[in-house]
Amino acid sequence: MTTDTATSPGTRATDPGAEAPRHRSRVPRTYYLMLLPALALFTFFITLPALAGALFSLTNYVGFGDWEFVGINNYRVMFTDPKILSAYVFTIGFSVVTVIVVNVLAMLLALGLNAKIRLKTALRGVFFVPMVISGIVIAYVFNYLFSTSLPSIVQSLGVGGPLSQSILANEDLAWLSIVIVTAWQSIPMALIIYLAGLQAIPDEVYEAAALDGATPGKQFWAITLPLMAGYVVINTVLGVKNFLNAYDIIVGLTNGGPGTSTMSVAMSIFTGFNSGDYAYQMANAVIFFLVTVIVSVLQLLLIRRRGVQL
Amino acid sequence: MTAQPASTQTAATVPATREQEARRRRGGPRLRKDRGGPTNWPATLLLVLASLSVLVPLYFTLAMAFKTPEQAVQGTGFTWPWPMNWASFADAWTLTDFPRSFTISLLIAVGTVVGTLILSSMASYAIARNWDRKLFRWSYFYLLAAMFIPFPVVALPQVKLTAMLGIDGPVGVTVLHVMFQMSFSVLLYSAFLRSIPEEIEESARVDGASTWQVFWRIIFPLLAPMNATVGIFAFLASWNDFMMPSLITSDPTEQTLPVVQNIFQLAFATNYNIAFASYLMAMLPTIVVYVLAQRWIMEGVTRGAIK
Repeated sequence: MTTDTATSPGTRATDPGAEAPRHRSRVPRTYYLMLLPALALFTFFITLPALAGALFSLTNYVGFGDWEFVGINNYRVMFTDPKILSAYVFTIGFSVVTVIVVNVLAMLLALGLNAKIRLKTALRGVFFVPMVISGIVIAYVFNYLFSTSLPSIVQSLGVGGPLSQSILANEDLAWLSIVIVTAWQSIPMALIIYLAGLQAIPDEVYEAAALDGATPGKQFWAITLPLMAGYVVINTVLGVKNFLNAYDIIVGLTNGGPGTSTMSVAMSIFTGFNSGDYAYQMANAVIFFLVTVIVSVLQLLLIRRRGVQL
Repeated sequence: MTAQPASTQTAATVPATREQEARRRRGGPRLRKDRGGPTNWPATLLLVLASLSVLVPLYFTLAMAFKTPEQAVQGTGFTWPWPMNWASFADAWTLTDFPRSFTISLLIAVGTVVGTLILSSMASYAIARNWDRKLFRWSYFYLLAAMFIPFPVVALPQVKLTAMLGIDGPVGVTVLHVMFQMSFSVLLYSAFLRSIPEEIEESARVDGASTWQVFWRIIFPLLAPMNATVGIFAFLASWNDFMMPSLITSDPTEQTLPVVQNIFQLAFATNYNIAFASYLMAMLPTIVVYVLAQRWIMEGVTRGAIK
């Protein structure tokens, strides 16, 4: 660990703002020691399991005992497995719907909270509460509301229709309950980002628009939304990343049912623990990883086009 | 480090460009908070109505928790019970072994915060101050890459690994929570460290302080606002997590507060009053802390949200 002569002092002189140690000649051993624990633990607890998982996806390992390599057999079976395919369809569809619901509602709430209103502090305080509540616990509460309270209210009103029964047991509607509770929990974070964005828009912009005779609606579409584009992208990226991993709230509401209609990819991977599908579900995890990367990269490209610096 | 570039860029397409230019010349934006005008009552009313979507489920939890078993199965569940029945809390307390699961949750969350603060801030400092060295630059992207590796992807091997090491309990959960907080925390710290001028460290170095001393005596205290932000995110993520402890922890008596709530889905499925008393007890600690430290928490979270 002697001096790193790769960068000559000459190049440093032309770049006075560079974040480099001043004492180039001194051996910065402490820096290595500071970085080492993070790198070592990270490699051991994340990279290593990831590689082991990828390796086992090529075997017929059932979770214990002997195993042998079976090539890409697991992958081949996976792509024709209706259970896995439906988990992907559900998870991606759910993520898209939820991200739209969360962003529209959070934007409306942010506009409202940024307007000249009364009770601003109290309302703000209330809207942020879901952020500190555990997803599984609030899902259990909503479970009762959807399965018992809502049907009995609808019945007492004398209205029939699908809502007079528990929507959690309804194969076509159960996913809606998951969207609602996930949105309930995710809106605060999106709201915080939008509020920060709205407060960065100077007042003069609106004053000028008002002078030109722009209606509030027009002001929103012509001024607010374009200026908020970067924040919309950030919220979309963060949202999709979280929603793809949906698990806690689904466990609390439907546990994947009825049937497997609300089974997320995360849930299907976890079945690998007890069904002897260990290697098979590892293949699923590898594909899930690729899907996550592709979705994230697509979004990052979108961000770059928008010129946002993350 | 905010999305400001996007704003200024897209502003060019907005008719208000001249106004913006004028403002820039005048120096400094005028923020919206000093805007006058009458109260917007329709907006106030709509927001109050919208806030019910948060308040009603919480009221419902409260109302159910104070019911007797007979009341709990009647009607919609929204009626407030009178007289209030406090017995459910005692039952919930013993059924979930509340002191135990609460302590385990707290230890994991505190351990996660401490571990995240120390590991991420040290690594970020080393990276930020040696950005022109390949090893450090690559380490940054290596740590950040974990953003693309959600827990479900590595869950099965991690369960095996923690079991092999004999830490398939609170210790393993804490370590993994720290690992999964790393990317985000390093991102936040690095952004913040770039704004701390190196000159600050200079005089201490001249006085003969080592890098280690410079970090702990000068830099770490300067990181205080980011420490708060990183700590709040780490605490909430760890405290509220269900997925990881439910999979990693093999001994049911070592489970966290959110995970033990599932006994009401299995064994005590009809005792709704006890279940809701238990849910309330699980929610209350963070809600109380949030209400008490609301300003501080909001500041911290906002700092993380816009970086």
